[in-house]
Amino acid sequence: MTPLIEARGVTKILEGVVPVTLVKDINLAIMQREFIAITGPSGSGKSSLLYLLGLLDLPTIGDVLIDGRSTNLMTEDECAEVRLSRIGFVFQFHFLLPEFSITENVALPMRALGRLSSRAATLRAEELLISFGLRDHLRKTPDQLSGGQRQRVAVARALANDPPVILADEPTGSLDSLATAQVFGILRDLVTLRGKTVVAVTHDINLAVQMHRRIHVVDGKLAQFESPASVASIPQA
Amino acid sequence: MTLILTIAWTHIRHRTRQTMVAIAGVITGVGFSIMMAAMMEGSQNDFIKTLVDALPHISVTDELREPTRQPANIVYRAAEFHGLTPKARRPGIKNPMAIIASLQTWIPGALTASVQSKAVLRYARRNLTISIVGIDPRTEVGVSNLSTHMRQGTLSSLYRASNAILLGDRLANKIGARVNSNVTLVSAEGAVMTARVVGTFHSGFRITDETTGYVLLKTAQILEMQTGIVNEIRVRTSDPMNARLISERIGEQTGYKSISWQESQEDLLSTITLRNVLMYTIVGAILLVASFGTYNIISTITHEKTRDIAILKSLGFNNKTILSIFIVEAGLVGLVGALLGWGFGYFLTWGVALLEFKTPFSDDTHLPVLYSIKHYLLATGVALASSLIAGYFPARTAARLHPVDIIRGAT
Repeated sequence: MTPLIEARGVTKILEGVVPVTLVKDINLAIMQREFIAITGPSGSGKSSLLYLLGLLDLPTIGDVLIDGRSTNLMTEDECAEVRLSRIGFVFQFHFLLPEFSITENVALPMRALGRLSSRAATLRAEELLISFGLRDHLRKTPDQLSGGQRQRVAVARALANDPPVILADEPTGSLDSLATAQVFGILRDLVTLRGKTVVAVTHDINLAVQMHRRIHVVDGKLAQFESPASVASIPQA
Repeated sequence: MTLILTIAWTHIRHRTRQTMVAIAGVITGVGFSIMMAAMMEGSQNDFIKTLVDALPHISVTDELREPTRQPANIVYRAAEFHGLTPKARRPGIKNPMAIIASLQTWIPGALTASVQSKAVLRYARRNLTISIVGIDPRTEVGVSNLSTHMRQGTLSSLYRASNAILLGDRLANKIGARVNSNVTLVSAEGAVMTARVVGTFHSGFRITDETTGYVLLKTAQILEMQTGIVNEIRVRTSDPMNARLISERIGEQTGYKSISWQESQEDLLSTITLRNVLMYTIVGAILLVASFGTYNIISTITHEKTRDIAILKSLGFNNKTILSIFIVEAGLVGLVGALLGWGFGYFLTWGVALLEFKTPFSDDTHLPVLYSIKHYLLATGVALASSLIAGYFPARTAARLHPVDIIRGAT
């Protein structure tokens, strides 16, 4: 079975007066319907690894394969196209566009992909938001919502183009416990009910233990690695 | 495209004050450019029109392009003689009527024969040297606007008396002559005649109105003491701008000196060209300054929107789309500014046209302006181009942003 995302000997070095190695020789395969936690201390390279897996950043050495396809030879626009159609991102600070309504925020990736008309994209965005309990807030802008609601909008936006993989960078890092539980529940449901693969960077060990697999990163290297064998035990939707 | 427009419109809509300032800059630039162009080209056209109306488009005189060769020079290759009286050439154009008939076959326009002469005008113990132009009133109508410049009398009034003269109004005022006054004319050839003033004209050119008198062709020939002499053929072409080419051809055909109005007024026209260069430089500078406003707003938006650009890029928006968003924003500022600038420019032009202003060249009391769509399109084109260029550089910087750098910084 071809991994959805595969890292082959990925190293990322930040060039500068003193070069800094963010990620070192990572080999990793992410399969379909996995719910993976990337854990590790601050500055260990968790987020950098996530950005490399999501093609937001390019490895200095090694290769990232998406659906078995090498991204080393892809142009910047081709990488953007992959991000648009195959990967959904959720960040710690929601990163919604403040001047647009939450419906518009969710519709933007769909309109950028161009598979749906503006009207159809809006309808689908509304459906997604309603499914996340935001029916009463469709016309509101992000600043009119609570932190938990904003993060739910961010998840809805990540799902806009129905990508098989959601990459989340500390999605609950700035939320209170109630909102954390809600957002984590949504991410878990994406795997169990919608068959998505979710890779989330988290500091929260309580959340990490609820996930199917944990990848522990220390000093840019995989310190502890659980194989994808446990995938078989993931409950079916 | 609608997505790009949506994002661009949202960005500038949420920065009302900054957008308004940028648009106001473009409006001012476009408005003043239109006004400047209208004023400059209006006065230029007015001047040329007056010039073209007052002067024959082409003047063929009895002078030769090359001086007449003396008999000794014809006989000997190298000769130097002293004390010989040079052979005098009989003044006037040979067979003028035949030449006119020949030219009429191909020149688009009208021709007339005339006699140019100088005379001393005596009246009330004042002596003034004036130019006498002998004309044929029937054909004169076709080559000059003299008939429309008449203040008193008509061209036909020249037939009212045996020696009738039309004087420039300034000349008549200067010497105190009125219609029916009798003035004395003494030509350079020594002919003396009493002429009756039968009318006055006003061409708008001070020099003409102060020093010119029109008489019948026959009267001028008497003053020149040469029966049948015609020393000038004046031509009015259908298109004054073709005068130079036609003039050259006439010169080749007749051998006489043929001068177009452009040639005779070359100094003035080159001044106008210089003025145009200055005008377009100033207009360009105004629009360039306006474009700094656009640069400022787009630069500010891209700076403020750094994080949003990173978000869009992380979502999968490509560089071209990001670049397009900000260029469209600049284009919107330029377009809206230019369109509103049309109204402002029209208003300014209208206002300037109302101003009373006395020019040394004509009697118009208002600044002549030209309403031309060309000025509006030109100003719009330059404003749009400068806005797009002003928007391009910050947009390019925005499109090159590496999203991870911003996202790392934000988190």
